[in-house]
Amino acid sequence: MPPALVGKVAHRLATRARWRLLEYAFWLAALASFFLLPNRHLILTEIAWLALFALSLDLILGYAGIISLGHAAFFGLGSYLAALLAKHGIVNEPVLALVLSGLCAAVLGFATSFLVLRGSDLTRLMVTLGVALIMREIANQIPDITGGADGLQGVVIAPILGLFQFDIFGHVAYAYCLIVLFILFLLARRVVYSPFGLSLRAVKGNPLRAASIGISVNARLVTIYTFAAFYAGIAGALLAQTTAFASLDVFSFERSADLLLVLIIGGTGYLYGGLIGAVIFKLMQDWIANLTPQYWQFWIGLVLVLIVLIGRDRIALRTGGVRLLAERITRRFAPAAAPVAVPPGEGS
Amino acid sequence: MPVVLETVALEKHFGGIAAVAGVSLSIEKGARHALIGPNGAGKTTVINLLTGVLRPTAGRILLEGEDITSLDAYKRVQRGLARTFQINQLFLDLTPLETVGLAISERLGSGAQWWRLVGSNPHVVEEIVEILGRFHLTDVMHERTGNLPYGKQRLLEIALAIACRPRVLLLDEPAAGVPEDERHEILATVAALPADVTVLLIEHDMDIVFSFADRISVLVNGALFVDGPPAEVARDPRVKAVYLGESLDA
Ligand SMILES: Nc1ncnc2c1ncn2[C@@H]1O[C@H](COP(=O)(O)OP(=O)(O)OP(=O)(O)O)[C@@H](O)[C@H]1O
Ligand SMILES: [Mg+2]
Repeated sequence: MPPALVGKVAHRLATRARWRLLEYAFWLAALASFFLLPNRHLILTEIAWLALFALSLDLILGYAGIISLGHAAFFGLGSYLAALLAKHGIVNEPVLALVLSGLCAAVLGFATSFLVLRGSDLTRLMVTLGVALIMREIANQIPDITGGADGLQGVVIAPILGLFQFDIFGHVAYAYCLIVLFILFLLARRVVYSPFGLSLRAVKGNPLRAASIGISVNARLVTIYTFAAFYAGIAGALLAQTTAFASLDVFSFERSADLLLVLIIGGTGYLYGGLIGAVIFKLMQDWIANLTPQYWQFWIGLVLVLIVLIGRDRIALRTGGVRLLAERITRRFAPAAAPVAVPPGEGS
Repeated sequence: MPVVLETVALEKHFGGIAAVAGVSLSIEKGARHALIGPNGAGKTTVINLLTGVLRPTAGRILLEGEDITSLDAYKRVQRGLARTFQINQLFLDLTPLETVGLAISERLGSGAQWWRLVGSNPHVVEEIVEILGRFHLTDVMHERTGNLPYGKQRLLEIALAIACRPRVLLLDEPAAGVPEDERHEILATVAALPADVTVLLIEHDMDIVFSFADRISVLVNGALFVDGPPAEVARDPRVKAVYLGESLDA
């Protein structure tokens, strides 16, 4: 076997994960926004945790083909936990509380992952939606702990690492959210470019064949679902810590639905979709709400229709070069068949 | 020769129809075993049962003496049972390089690693290059599988099963749909498999069957009709009547 070829292939595989110029540009812009837009830090903070939340959904939707309409279940749990940990002084240090909240959300993700292993996209939508509704109802039924419909009042967040106190302008909050987002993005990027990440794309593309080359389809789906729930929990905890508040709407259906919208705007399966989508979504929301507060829903609906209509011809930058986003958009809502199905066309 | 793969009174019903009706089949180690029969005889269904894609209605499956009847499909692969599909089942969005790499990493147990980058294991890369070369896929290894011509996709379908380094390989009409002049490439790769690899081949082309097989099983209406060495099967008047008539007389 030609050793030169082996070297070339190894090199080629290594460059799959190489940082592209646009990626550097994206993160430099994010960093610059901190210094150049000091009076926009409040909305930028919201963008940062929303981006993390959307990244979480992208991990399961864009890479594993699991569609969810109830991702707020994990977000909400992370939110309440972070608020409760701070309010009762159980864990005062925000970073530690953040990680704990994420881990608890991951446990919930693991426990409910078995519900999304099988079934069509429609059943997955219903099941995930159901889980989020149940979580919301539980929170509603235990007002002694959660504050019920009034939300959890009187939360005081201690300084980060005992050093940085949150301020009303959102300076510390934005820096905090941006750093957490960046670290978790790096981790997600690592995972996506690993053999595990590649196997997820195989499971998404053809679960039948994936099983036929020895991949444990269910184990991979459980793992990524749990991992994504951790991310969503962290995102929710960031919201609670930066606002010192948690209320029932962290579990709301609209939150999960908006999240899908963010990904539709940004695109799935290349990690930046959720991030770019979050920026556009929040800015659009902000802008339209200033113009015509009552018509926000109408405009967002219109944008959704337009995206689906023109989306077919959009071009996305993706690792390895420019590829048509069209494939992704058309397949976005039909990500994968049931894990093990009878081969189509076989035996007729 | 010891039996590696065995079915005991295997049954599969779809609704009212028995697609597989009481098949007891023994495949010996290192065999070149052909499974033939008319369209709809149940050949693919037998493969689906053997590999765990379908669960049998009744009966048992033994791999190297162990009962694997209720074992998950992926675990059977890990035990050395691999297959190809009659209709290509590939990862259309991945490249042949990634596809073959997946199968190899999986076999070496590194498929679930999330902290290493793909391609950081030199053994995997060497083996990818070797297999892609063997299946004439080197020049297209960076292309999207979905964009490859059918013949190349068919080669990848088989390469992928080989990358699992099976002890028992089940081939469901590997040359189906491949133009005459490209068939020999596929058949040559099958012929070049190590002698200790057991191969079960489903094929309609009798020239291929008789040049390949040292044992032939004939399936008709889901039941094993005749089972024996090629010469014996060729002579069997019932086989001629039911299935082989024209092809053998020709
Ligand atoms: N998933 C399924 N659901 C219902 N019926 C099925 C299914 N798979 C196969 N069958 C039926 O079982 C019978 C056997 O089909 P099978 O595909 O095993 O035949 P085959 O011998 O492989 O045929 P061919 O040579 O055409 O590939 C056929 O009547 C087919 O219609
Ligand atoms: Mg068939």
